[in-house]
This record gives sequence, C-alpha cells and structure tokens, in this order.
Amino acid sequence: MNLRRYTLYHNAKRCIGCHACEIHCKVNKSLPVGPILCEISCQPLKRVKNIPKTEFLFRSCYHCDDPLCVAACPTGAMKKREDGIVFVDETRCVGCMLCAGACPWHIPQYNPATGKAIKCDLCKDRIDRGLKPACVSKCTTKALELVELRPWGEPPG
Amino acid sequence: MCTVRCPIRVEVEDNEVKWIEGNPYLLGGSLCARGGAGVALLNDCERPQTPMIRSGPRGSGKWEQVSWEKAIQYVAEKLEKIIARYGARSVVVSTRGGPWQDLFKAFTFALGSPNYTNHDSACGRNVHHASLSVYGLGRKGFDLDIRNTEHLVLFGRNILSSLGVAEVNQVMDMLDRGGRLTYVDVRQTLTGIKAHRFWLVRPGTDYALLLGIINEVLRQGAYDKEFVDRYTEGFEELAAFVEPYTAEWAARECGIRAGEIKKFVEEIATQRPRVIFHRGWMLARYRDSFYASRAIHILNVLMGNIEIPGGQIIAKGAADCGVQPPRSFTSRVKKPEEKRADGVGWKYRHFDPGVGLFHLFYEAMLTEDPYPIKALICYRHDPLTCFPDPEAQKEALERCELLVAIDTHYSEFAWWSDVILPESTYLERETPVALKRGAKPYLFLRQRAVEPRFNTRANWEIVSMLAERLGLTDFFPFRRIEEIWEWQLEPTGYRPEDFQEKGFIPLTDHPILYPRDQLEGKFKTPSGKIEFVSRKLESLDIPSFKAYQSPARPPKGRYRLVFGRAPVHTHGHTINNPLLNELMPENTLWINQREAQKLGIEEGDLVDVIAETVKFTVKAHVTEFIHPEAVYTVHGFGREVPYQSRSYKVGLSDQKLMEGLLQHMDPVGGGLCLCEKFVTIRRSPQNPKRRVEL
Repeated sequence: MNLRRYTLYHNAKRCIGCHACEIHCKVNKSLPVGPILCEISCQPLKRVKNIPKTEFLFRSCYHCDDPLCVAACPTGAMKKREDGIVFVDETRCVGCMLCAGACPWHIPQYNPATGKAIKCDLCKDRIDRGLKPACVSKCTTKALELVELRPWGEPPG
Repeated sequence: MCTVRCPIRVEVEDNEVKWIEGNPYLLGGSLCARGGAGVALLNDCERPQTPMIRSGPRGSGKWEQVSWEKAIQYVAEKLEKIIARYGARSVVVSTRGGPWQDLFKAFTFALGSPNYTNHDSACGRNVHHASLSVYGLGRKGFDLDIRNTEHLVLFGRNILSSLGVAEVNQVMDMLDRGGRLTYVDVRQTLTGIKAHRFWLVRPGTDYALLLGIINEVLRQGAYDKEFVDRYTEGFEELAAFVEPYTAEWAARECGIRAGEIKKFVEEIATQRPRVIFHRGWMLARYRDSFYASRAIHILNVLMGNIEIPGGQIIAKGAADCGVQPPRSFTSRVKKPEEKRADGVGWKYRHFDPGVGLFHLFYEAMLTEDPYPIKALICYRHDPLTCFPDPEAQKEALERCELLVAIDTHYSEFAWWSDVILPESTYLERETPVALKRGAKPYLFLRQRAVEPRFNTRANWEIVSMLAERLGLTDFFPFRRIEEIWEWQLEPTGYRPEDFQEKGFIPLTDHPILYPRDQLEGKFKTPSGKIEFVSRKLESLDIPSFKAYQSPARPPKGRYRLVFGRAPVHTHGHTINNPLLNELMPENTLWINQREAQKLGIEEGDLVDVIAETVKFTVKAHVTEFIHPEAVYTVHGFGREVPYQSRSYKVGLSDQKLMEGLLQHMDPVGGGLCLCEKFVTIRRSPQNPKRRVEL
C-alpha cells in the first residue's frame, strides 16, 4: 500500500472564506463551469461569547491510503502514485463515474469539457517540479499549506 | 480586474495565460478569487469586442460594429461640433479614479474643459474631505501599519470581504500576533467573525457611538496629551462639544451597553498609541457621514497614532526617497481657468476641486446652470451602477448629445451610451508609469501579458488616437508605450528595463518615518497643525462639529436598505465573469429573523423588495445577525445588459431601488447618502404554492 506522503493543512484561523483556492484550482486545470475540486464551506453563524462566529472548512480529495475509487475504476484510469497521490489517467478514463459512486464523499467529478472524471491530484505536475499546488501557492492569506507526512522520528526529505 | 489593482505576475505560453499570481516580492504569490479569475475575463466573449456605435434609440441594444478609425472619427466629429456650439467646457470626462486617472484628466484639460471628475462622490469623498479638514492630507495621505498595531477598530469597514490582498494579510498577521479586533456594523460579516468585540448598532448611529467613545476617552484621560498639545488645535472646543455625548447617551442611541463602551476605552487606553480606527473607504452612507468620518480621524489623533509603527504613517512620495517623481501628463497641459460646472471650487468652496463631485453634473445638465453640459465620456466608470437612481440619471443624460463609454466590459452606462470604445483587459494592455505613495513608495506599471483577443485597445492607445484626430498632439505626441515610459521616467533616473526584476521599482528598502518630534509642517492645514476645529470650514461658516441628530426609524413594514461587498465580486463589473458567477450567481436579501417572522418570510422564500416604482424579487436570507431596522444585499447585481447572459436580470440592484437619492448628499462631505432609502418588503406572491406536472 502506498501511504500518502502529502496532505493539505488548512489553518481555519487564517482562512477568511474568500474562495480564492477554488478559483486558482479551476484556472490551473482550465476547468469549465461545473466541476469544483476543492471547496470552502462553513456552518451557520452561532453565538460564542456574544459574538456570532463560524469557522471555514476546506475539503478536497483525501488521497486515502486504501482508495475505493481506484478499486472501483473499471479501466484502471484511477491510479495511486508511489507518494500516495490519487489521480485520473485521462488517457484511460471513459467517464463512467463509478469512481464518484465508490467514493464516500463523491469527490471525483465529471468534467463536461473532456467527458472524463477529474479530481484533485495535489497538482502533481507542480509538486514534481518542486512547486506547491495552485491552491497553496496563491491562497489569499496563506491559510493553506502543503505538509509532508513522514513516520515518527524519520528526518525530513 | 478589480479596482484594488493588487500587483500580479503572469506566466504566458503561446499567447495563452497559464498562471496568474500575486507579485512574489509584494504579496508572496497570494491572490484573491477575483484576481485569479482574470483568465475567464480575458477569454469571455460576452464583453465588447470591437468599437460600437448606437444605431437605435439609447438603451435599445441596436449597435453597429465599426472600425477604430470610424469610431474615433465619429467621437471626434461630435466633440468638435459640441465644442464649436457650446464650448469645450460642455464636455465632462469621468473615470473610476486610481493611479492612471492623470491621463484622462490631462486629456480633459487639453480639450479645454475644467470638468474632469470621478466616481468618488458615491464612495470615499466624505473620508477624503474629513481627512483634509483634520490633517490637510487627503484620504490616501496615510498608510495604515495594521500588521504592527495592538488594536484595529473597524466601523463598517468589512476589510476581509471587500478585500485587498496586502491589507488582508496585514490584518491576519496582526491577529496571529495577538492583536485585537473590534468590529462595528449593522450586520455580522466575514470580518466580524474574526473580531474580539462585535457591536451590532442601529443603522445610522455610527456618529453617536463615535461621539460617545470620544467623550469617554476624554473622561478617562485615555489620550496622548503631549501629542495633542504639540500638534493639534481646537482641543478645548472638542472637549466642550462632546461633553453632553456621554457613553450612556451613546448607548441608548446605538443599542450598545454603556459599560461595554467604557470597557472598550479602558482597553484602548492601555494599547495606545498602537490603536488604529480604520478610516474606511466607502463612507457615502448617511447625512452625517462626514462628521462621523471626522470623529474617526479625531480618535486616531487622540490615540497619538501618527507616524509610529502600528499606527498611521504619513504617505511618502518620491522626494522623500531623494528621487524626482515621474512626469505626469497633466504637466503637459494648462488647467482651464473656467469655473467647474459642478460648482466645486466657487459655489462649493469647501470641496476639493481636484475631481469635484460627479453627481452634481447631472444637475448642471438639467438646469444648464452655470452652463450646458452636452458630452459625457466615462472611462471605466459605470455611473448607472455606481450612483443611485439610474432612471433619474438617464433623464439628465437625455440632455447630452454624446455619451462615450470606454470600458473592458458592458457596463450599464456603456449599454446606454452612443459609442462604446472597448478597452483591452489588464492582461492585454500596458499602462503608463505610476507612483505608489506610502511608507515604502515604489514605481509601478502594467505590462502586456498577451496580445488582445479582440479588436480592443489600451487606454493610452485610445487617448493617443483621440488626441491625434482632435489635433491635440502637443499634449499627447506618443505613439508607442516605450516612448511614454521613457519620457515619464527620465527625471527619476530609472529606465523601463528596471521594472523587469521585480515588476516594480522600490524607491526605498525600509519604511520611511519622519522623526515624531519634527512633524511641524507635515500637516497641510491652514494652521499647519492637526485641526479639531477646521479653520477652512469655519472661514466658510461651516461648523467643525455637528450636533447629533438621531436617524429616522423606518415606518412599519419598511426597512433601511444597506449594501456591501462579497469577496468574490468587485462592484458591478465581475458579476458576469464565468468563474466568479459560478461561485456567486445571485444576491439575496438579508432580513432579521423576528421581522421575517412578522412578515411570514422563511429562509429561501422569494421576497419582493419595493421602492416607489421599482421592484425586485429575490430569495431571503433570514438571520438574527442583522439589525431589525435594516435589510442588506450585495451590490452589483440586477444588471440589465442582455449581452451579459449570466447576469442579465439576475438578483437585486440596490442602486435601482434608491429612487430619489441622486442629489441626496452630505452637504459638508459631498458624499451621497446611499444608506438612506427605506424599502417595503413582503413575501412574494411568486413563491410556488403547489406544482402540477403532467
């Protein structure tokens, strides 16, 4: 099993709910109106010490250690890299969307421009070039970070 | 894209924009949703693609697509005819404002008209005039060092939604550092949820709260006596004036407990001078907004926060860095001595004659007093979206023989005008050099990232074509942008290539602060001091302080209409952007829970929002976190340009509901009173009762 090496850390204290991450992601992947690969949401306002408060949540693909979408894909288009990034191989995808049905959070989405599935791949092409994902690179308040996970005690790198 | 104009860096491949990010040196790559969605604007075909001349009645949507030669010829011929008949003064040019307005101001003067103006009377004029009356320095005369402050106080300045990337990061850094945030508004906002103190005030009572705070500050002695003694005049008059306005009195007026106001002052007493009362941008709200703005400036002075880290830092220019400023286009022309048609400078001597007040030109159009106005050219300014009561505006515009819109998108004004000269988007055009004043001044410009998608031109190219055809080449002899840059930069000693490294040219590497004991002469008031009592206003028989008048309560069934911004849209000009429209396709009407209950309105119900003759139907957002007297909506929606298919007739337009407010101005500040409209709300009969399907 390829354990995931990266995760996105969302600092809710710094997040202002401006939805820039959603746009930066879409623009980087040239997505049409429809699929949104990462999402900012919040609960309705609630009084905390007499101040109406809420916190923002960020959600994109969890890049599961044992992804159901990969198992469900009939053409082998949904793959998991050695570093744990789960992604769609567009050359193999037929757009059947079984992956979305298999995913407990329905993360994979249909891209009407290509007729195939699409999901967050942590901008693996950017990571491979030593860069950070689009949502992290351009987050308005630097609330998003790309975090490298490693076993306890193992040195970084 | 948006008028904050955050500096950006763009990556291009084969004339396609691949990546837009915030300038790495100034913003560390950060950019908001609107900045990121620039690619969608660039590739959007629902924007003017070639010059257009109206072929039916105004607003009919009948257009002839023409060449640039023909469009410029048409505009020039019309202008020449109007100038021959009514004089050059009958031409008004208005812009959005901002760093490049110099180009159009100079063009106006070159034509021979004194009537250059911008959108500011529906925006920051009250703040600007109040700032001038206190410091002798305008609205942009200070940089706020929010990052290093101890306590930021915001009066309706929704700083995290109506956002600029650099400013937002200052606020978040300040909060991370343990700084305190107090937020005052008539509803809860994305900014208020981060606050340590949130005051929901009765709409229109900001001035009362500010007076109560000043009173309490003086009562507790929580001000910088040394600074006040040394640099201000009129303190005794101020103290005498605020005496009756106690915290208890303010509490009754705005619905905040007196004890809370006192506790707040006790807190800032320990934090001053590093306490900032944000001066705000858009304070065209109520009839006393000028005096409320003045009170904000006065509180900053009482904190003694001038010229210190964590306070208000006087904006520095090129000279402070030992550099000559870049040349301006206005230096090439002589300002016509003619009186302005808006009366600013002669009839209204207390207003800044630099840009005057846009809405007053409508009065001149209708009355022909002091003289007729026959042409209006709007550059990136959409008065029909930005000013109240478009129908009243159109009545005045009827008197004009020529309306020209220069814009990147179909503004409502463009749709109503006679000629549309389409400007290239910010990714397809260059701009002249401008100077960013501040604690760390720098020079900046915009470079062309990609070639224009359509038959559009840059602002300087449009001015160049007009100048050539009108024989104004003395004013504007330039044919290439490089010529402009070189001419502008010559006195500075820099070259256009110097922008390559960072995208801007820093004039200093550290913030410049004047020594705090040598601020004499830095305030450009008549006395050279900070004036609690303004000598200029007093000389014109205008009081420096105004007795508080309680705002009217809305009659039964009616509510005060207030408006604001969302972080994914900028005013009216991004509503049709495909990506931003996907995130926020329509606005809603916020209404207080108890009031909604009385009216039988539930969350998501359709409600009718009714003024005298205008009605909109939108979904209701029912919440306890808005004052019961107010209803709120996001500005910019309810557009009526059929070519903008995504935003056509979607949502509610606050300015169209503001019937009768076009000349409703704060008489001392010059700002319009945009929050003084009461509208009727009812549950719409359009809510489906049942559904029949075959």
